[in-house]
Amino acid sequence: MKVLVPVKRVVDYNVKVRVKSDQTGVELANIKMSMNPFDEIAVEEAIRLKEKGVATEVVVVSIGVQQCTETLRTALAMGADRGILVQTDVTTESLAVAKVLARIAEEEQPGLIILGKQAIDDDANQTGQMLAGLLGWAQGTFASKVDPQGDTVAVTREIDGGLETVALKLPAIVTTDLRLNEPRYASLPNIMKAKSKPIANKTPADYGVDMTPRLTTVKVTEPAKRQAGIKVKSVDELVAKLKEMGAVA
Amino acid sequence: MSTLVLAEHDNAELKDATLAAVTAAGQLGGDVHVLVAGAGCGAVAEAAAKVAGVAKVLVADDAAYGAALPENVAPLVAGLMGGYDAFVAPATSRGKNIAPRVAAALDVAQISEILSVEGPDTFTRPIYAGNAIATVKSSDTKKVITVRGTAFAKAATSGGSAAVEAVAAAGASDKASFVGAELTKSARPELTAAKIIVSGGRALGSSEKFHEYIDPLADKLGAAVGASRAAVDAGYAPNDYQVGQTGKIVAPELYVAVGISGAIQHLAGMKDSKIIVAINKDEEAPIFQVADVGLVGDLFTVVPELAGKL
Repeated sequence: MKVLVPVKRVVDYNVKVRVKSDQTGVELANIKMSMNPFDEIAVEEAIRLKEKGVATEVVVVSIGVQQCTETLRTALAMGADRGILVQTDVTTESLAVAKVLARIAEEEQPGLIILGKQAIDDDANQTGQMLAGLLGWAQGTFASKVDPQGDTVAVTREIDGGLETVALKLPAIVTTDLRLNEPRYASLPNIMKAKSKPIANKTPADYGVDMTPRLTTVKVTEPAKRQAGIKVKSVDELVAKLKEMGAVA
Repeated sequence: MSTLVLAEHDNAELKDATLAAVTAAGQLGGDVHVLVAGAGCGAVAEAAAKVAGVAKVLVADDAAYGAALPENVAPLVAGLMGGYDAFVAPATSRGKNIAPRVAAALDVAQISEILSVEGPDTFTRPIYAGNAIATVKSSDTKKVITVRGTAFAKAATSGGSAAVEAVAAAGASDKASFVGAELTKSARPELTAAKIIVSGGRALGSSEKFHEYIDPLADKLGAAVGASRAAVDAGYAPNDYQVGQTGKIVAPELYVAVGISGAIQHLAGMKDSKIIVAINKDEEAPIFQVADVGLVGDLFTVVPELAGKL
């Protein structure tokens, strides 16, 4: 079974983003970019399936600017087999990305597509579900356990109030939650080896997909700042303050 | 203009997340209809009909919808959307699972977790874990929207008298089936609906200490219990306790953060709380920058004392 893993290049999760003063977006110049953390978990899961002998090949795809090649190389260094770069400078919205991925899925015929549940830049949490809808496949979102058994996969999902398990017929879509696994670091020899792994260069036009965004960003602003309050010195003072504020009876 | 709202429920009770979604839908202008898709969900439909501002309740009562599988619910919704201009779902794990699949079927972009309605096609939503707020305008003729529950007032659960209309089931997919659920059982209020929340962080040090120190204070306050991601990752608390950008977004009347440093991702999940109390031994902890009342001290002595004096 082939496993397809889409990966997105985003602002590194350790960077404190700053809104641009002209309100057109957030500052991206000279900012560290990395693979979306949920996508790293997806790559790791796919590689583990290959190590268990369940997956035969792990193909990674990135849709975006030329530098997404670096993101693909990171995935290849972790252990993916080959990459596909779909290059576009247009803002990538979930629906258009899902359409490109649907066409790639038709070409590649994977048994499983594993995606991060959301990207930490636009926080949309849509692509996996949209892709499942476009392909008419079953979906197991927010997965904390993925257990392929023959022609089905059991997915344990993190839901409000606990966990639930669904059984999906393959091919299927899985989106990863935080506790699915802990992604590995690529070793130096594997980073060197990744440089010779193949990456195919494509464009959205190759897949006949119109990337024109459906949403216009009118402006981007800072969230309302919360004022720091007071510090109290003792529990008695804290209790008195809470009573004064009407927070407790 | 009319809007279809997806009801959040467990086949027995209508959940509060629905009420915030009804309010948001009302702000789009036009009629608000609520879809109750479930199995044996008649009581939910009756409750939905009483919600203020709801003009009609559609009920799809069929075994296919019992577990709210998106493979079954999304085609049902998409089939009904011919008569609606917008589909609104609560941004719950269920709403997030279903809505994008509906959007794909309708070939429209989804607007996720809106914080406000600025106009019939313009909305604000958080990006970068709430560190920036984007105002976005949709060019699609039909809108698919999920609603952050803490950002909208809850519609009243009485005063409405909507007609209840049965709709035909749209069939069941053979590609997905529900196996089972392990729901955390607790006598305490649900985290996203609680008026008071006591949350513990990594400073608690162990699962035993987490319960030994956090639970009595929560019991005293009648509060729900939450946790930081660090505490959850360390195994001190179950993962559905997690408050933060990747966990639950909460906005209670009172939020007590115990031994939580205040990482960006945690603050994103609770900074809209009305009153924030922080107890931490590190006076430089970022949590104090958002707390209304802070107490620098050792939680292992402060928390039991606080529980005793409330």
